[in-house]
Amino acid sequence: MSTHAIAVENLKSGAVTTAVYEHPFVVRLCHWINTVALFVLVGSGLQIFRAFPSFGAKIPQKDLLHWPKAFAIGGWLGGALQWHLTFMWIYIATGILYIGYQIFSGNYKQVLFTRRDLPGVWPMVRHYFFFGQKPPVKEAYNPLQKHAYTSAIALGVLSVLTGLAVWKPVQLSWLAWMMGGFHLARLWHFLIMWAILAFVFGHLVMVILHGWDNFVSMFTGWKKNPEYVSE
Amino acid sequence: MKSATDDRKFKAINRRELLKLTPVLALGAFAIPKLQKPLLKSGLAFSDWASARLFRTGHLAPTFPESALTPFNKFPVNDYDVDNPEIDFDKWTLTVGGAVQKPGDYTLAQIQELPKTAQNTRHVCVEGWDVIGRFCGVQLSDFLKVIGADPGARFVTVECADDYYESLDLATAMHPQTLLCYEMYDKPLTPEHGAPLRLNIPTKIGYKQAKYLTALHVTHVLDKVGYWEDQGYSYFYGL
Repeated sequence: MSTHAIAVENLKSGAVTTAVYEHPFVVRLCHWINTVALFVLVGSGLQIFRAFPSFGAKIPQKDLLHWPKAFAIGGWLGGALQWHLTFMWIYIATGILYIGYQIFSGNYKQVLFTRRDLPGVWPMVRHYFFFGQKPPVKEAYNPLQKHAYTSAIALGVLSVLTGLAVWKPVQLSWLAWMMGGFHLARLWHFLIMWAILAFVFGHLVMVILHGWDNFVSMFTGWKKNPEYVSE
Repeated sequence: MKSATDDRKFKAINRRELLKLTPVLALGAFAIPKLQKPLLKSGLAFSDWASARLFRTGHLAPTFPESALTPFNKFPVNDYDVDNPEIDFDKWTLTVGGAVQKPGDYTLAQIQELPKTAQNTRHVCVEGWDVIGRFCGVQLSDFLKVIGADPGARFVTVECADDYYESLDLATAMHPQTLLCYEMYDKPLTPEHGAPLRLNIPTKIGYKQAKYLTALHVTHVLDKVGYWEDQGYSYFYGL
């Protein structure tokens, strides 16, 4: 792991702690811009969904669910479309910047789930869900974390592709065709949103469980007392 | 362990790294009421610009076999005002004006003299539903030739018997699937679907496809964009 580690000496007590630079600037920037963009896109998307809360026929219309207006952004369909069509560009731009940076900096090795991570999956599952012993931590993200982040990135890409198919079913008819047509693309777009929200929920739970030093690291890049650097 | 520092220096490093994230705060502009409207308007305008760039004159909207058609009685009717503006069909004409060589009133019979086109295409509503319908009519590009539309003009605008109004970029107006439509499902348009003449544009969202046409203008400058556009919807909304 190329993560840069340093020793930090407390000038008063002389105690030494370690810290690692875990999240490069571009990653943090994209993370927080995307947090805002995702919030707006989900909120406005749900308002758009309210205009026709179904994936069946218009006649007769069978509503899937009545999403409350209080948990939606934009106030009405036209307003929501303005938010959605504005923030999708921010979402796409940070997505491209993030993925491009990860590839060219080599930082993707920290995040990308590969075959190498497979053997570590079961011990982590046992630890998280069945009170198993905690496997030794060797790098910034454990195999399950990598799996979650890699999936989230894939879902992000899919959310853009399904969204483009819904927005441009004629000019990008090949994309809509790949998703089974406009009608289904709209359904995939909706389901992918819920998958992303499921990730966000799990992500927030883990952030709370992992405490302050971990949370701060997404702002400053530096993580104090990391588990994976031995003295 | 590669290097060492003290806690005071470390705090300074952390502060600097945190400050680098201040550009994120720029998104807060969207929360300021005065800035929100113009920002969203420019976001929408950028989307419209990108849509116009994505539009290809030679790219046809997918067409479908008869078996894929939504039954006529399940083709939704969306109006902004009335289902039936009670047009006197005997007296109805399409008033043509603007940057054209032959302005005047055109009867339905005159329009129907042009070659007839039929297409089974998807009709997508901004609300999110979609149906596949059968539309017949004449290519708007043919009619624009008949009336001698200025090829350098940029827009076609229409007015409707129910006071609805819409506009099209010339590239879309010239698209082979853009129809002055007078039949649906091989039968003359019914009042709720826009009799006697409506637009059918498979490359555009539903609200661009105005019903009950009464006037058509070719123009260089857009005075009136469209009813829903004036409420805040996208101008281009190409599919």
